[in-house]
Amino acid sequence: MAEINPLVLRETLSRYAPQGRTALLPALHAVQAIYGYLPEAVAVEVGRALGVPLSDVHGVIKFYNLFHPEPVGKTLLQVCTDPACAMNGGEDVLQAIRLHLGLTEEQHTAGDITVKRAACLGLCEHAPALLVGQTALGRAQASQAAELCQGRGYRPHALVYGEQRRLTLNCGKGRPTTLAEYEAGGGYRALRRALEQSPAAVIAEVKASGLVGRGGAAFPTGVKWEGAAQAAGDPKYVICNADESEPGTFKDRVLLEEDPHRLLEGLLIAAYAIGASKGYIYLRGEYPAAQITVLAAIQQAQQAGLLGPNILGSNFCFELELRLGAGAYICGEETALFEAIEGKRGYPRLKPPFPTLHGLFGKPTAINNVETLCNAPFIVEHGAAAYRQLGTEISPGTKLFCLSGDVLRPGLYETPFGVSLHHLLYDLAGGVPEGRKLQAILFGGAAGAFATPAQLDAEMSFEGLRATGLPLGSGVVLAIDERRDLRQILLGLARFFSHESCGKCFPCQIGTRRQLEILERLARDAALPGDAQRLSDVGLTMSDASLCGLGQTAASAVLSALRLWPALFD
Amino acid sequence: MNDEITLTIDGQAVSVPAGATILQAARSVNIPIPTICFHEATSPLGVCRACVVEVQGWRTLVASCVTPAAAGMVVNTHSERVTRSRRTILEMLASTVDLSEAPEIQLLLQEYAADLQRFPGAERRAIPLLDDNPMYIRDYTRCILCWRCVQVCANDAQYVFALNFSGRGFDTSIATFYDRPMPATTCVFCGQCVGVCPTGALKTKREWLLEKGLLPEEKPAGA
Repeated sequence: MAEINPLVLRETLSRYAPQGRTALLPALHAVQAIYGYLPEAVAVEVGRALGVPLSDVHGVIKFYNLFHPEPVGKTLLQVCTDPACAMNGGEDVLQAIRLHLGLTEEQHTAGDITVKRAACLGLCEHAPALLVGQTALGRAQASQAAELCQGRGYRPHALVYGEQRRLTLNCGKGRPTTLAEYEAGGGYRALRRALEQSPAAVIAEVKASGLVGRGGAAFPTGVKWEGAAQAAGDPKYVICNADESEPGTFKDRVLLEEDPHRLLEGLLIAAYAIGASKGYIYLRGEYPAAQITVLAAIQQAQQAGLLGPNILGSNFCFELELRLGAGAYICGEETALFEAIEGKRGYPRLKPPFPTLHGLFGKPTAINNVETLCNAPFIVEHGAAAYRQLGTEISPGTKLFCLSGDVLRPGLYETPFGVSLHHLLYDLAGGVPEGRKLQAILFGGAAGAFATPAQLDAEMSFEGLRATGLPLGSGVVLAIDERRDLRQILLGLARFFSHESCGKCFPCQIGTRRQLEILERLARDAALPGDAQRLSDVGLTMSDASLCGLGQTAASAVLSALRLWPALFD
Repeated sequence: MNDEITLTIDGQAVSVPAGATILQAARSVNIPIPTICFHEATSPLGVCRACVVEVQGWRTLVASCVTPAAAGMVVNTHSERVTRSRRTILEMLASTVDLSEAPEIQLLLQEYAADLQRFPGAERRAIPLLDDNPMYIRDYTRCILCWRCVQVCANDAQYVFALNFSGRGFDTSIATFYDRPMPATTCVFCGQCVGVCPTGALKTKREWLLEKGLLPEEKPAGA
């Protein structure tokens, strides 16, 4: 039982109290760091300090994976068993660690260490991966269980490839690009150019570029900024959605860890364009390295007069705050992200109204993905025409693709839109290792769909993939070779969605569990008559009737498998 | 002069004041749309999705209780996608929760020919009954997570915030702060939550005892 020193607690909370409810997640992170978990008496003090009803404080604690109402070991060891890691032995690593620590099936803590199964940690190119406290380790092997428990092992660094490196120009060094390096390479010139123009001119350039969102929804960025700029309401906000959690996705992690100033510059341009004086970066709690690089970059920018009042001597003022997620994939959904920043359970809101009119705190908000914002500096510095020199007419620019699974060279690949899948997977990434045959490719992540070798000539562009019936999503290309049991992969995806459903709307709350139960049967070779029809009905209901994008895509991969390989479900 | 708009529902032209929802528009001409979580005294949230309808040109179905009717909208309240969704939602509910005391949902189960045994091996809500105060019991094997009790305890009526959610996804439950017994919370025993519960998950202690054939304690003689 923790010794609670009220003086220490109140001193910590006094920093957050003036902000009220919006500081709930930061306050819980801070006090949990002191006590190791969140005892009832501590939660009471948090509620009192921030003026939040106690039942709401409890509701928030119980919603997020990274908040612990019960004691946990000093070191939280999280082992990923999502698709890429599962295919590379993640389950064996988890069991080996549990065996090494002498844990029975019901136990999860031995001494100082608590072991948990983690949802995708965004380290797929280094599968199988795990987090030991705040240390990321990759290429883990079951035989290394003892060392892994001590936080020793392969330290992942960015693996970046590609033929046209605009976004990842500074990435691949294995360390963050400093402000000096970023500026020496032309960084913050775009911001200076933007400040010489009107916000409307900046928006016009971004619209002309044809840039669309890179988080998966592909909404035209210039149109979004225009909507927020024209909306009535004050203050306005820009938010960077850095809650990258789609299994198979790690592109934002690389940008955040190795070129954070590019993101900051993109945010500044967006803020100037829409008239926002305050912005947030919402970063998933499972990216400890990115937390350090982003905080350092914000500090450097503040010291250099690039953030804060009168930026670069202009009238433009912009404050940027980093907010840490607490473990919930649903908070990558834009309206659930607003709820998290507002200090609530991450429940999505109804749309309309859309964020540009009614977003964070009910105010006009432009929220964009990390990769999307990192495109802005190039467009503003070099112009829309230069931007459009790469890519296709409908899909201009370059895209970051996340290659993982059964591929020779897993990593982050930047290519212009328009290359073929074959070129990406075989020419650039080396194809399937050891001469094995490709069975399938998971496109777009867990919320994606399967492609078959028959579709290797698909053009990697929005129009090309639409014609082939495949989703681009966040750019996940997860290769699956002939050895793999697709039922196990489907089971893993179903487990993911069941764990991450927020529970608000009935189709997803219950549907993700029913889907999981049926796929569990399937994976055990114990399918019941009618299971395929059950999966179809549940899947279509979730797709058609769910409240938000999570539920609407939770059955996407399963439904594509039902179409492609009906015999799997007998 | 009211702002009136006209839309088409199931082939019928319907005129309503601007700002009315599709549900209100349908009800104004007696076109039935089922609802489960909707309640006149709570803010509509579109949680149960039973009221979904198909709007021509829109990618997904929308909850009619929260979607404003728009001029020129073409709505289908009984398309194949709609009926499949409603029936599957009902079957999933029946596989999870004890609906024996939810008369309105029972009618829907019949109307949509829901197969109550659709999901063999389905995990059900199995939380032990909470009997921690003299006024009402909480039997969450009957809870469909319609949000009404949390809403009336909070900003929709009482502003005491005694009840809230715990857990996430399928494992969501209604709970108090650190599962304290009700008398140790801000609950003022107003009974609003019992009044809006559609399934009998919340029931007055008196009713619960009478149902079991137990009489509430008799007053001592002379008191």
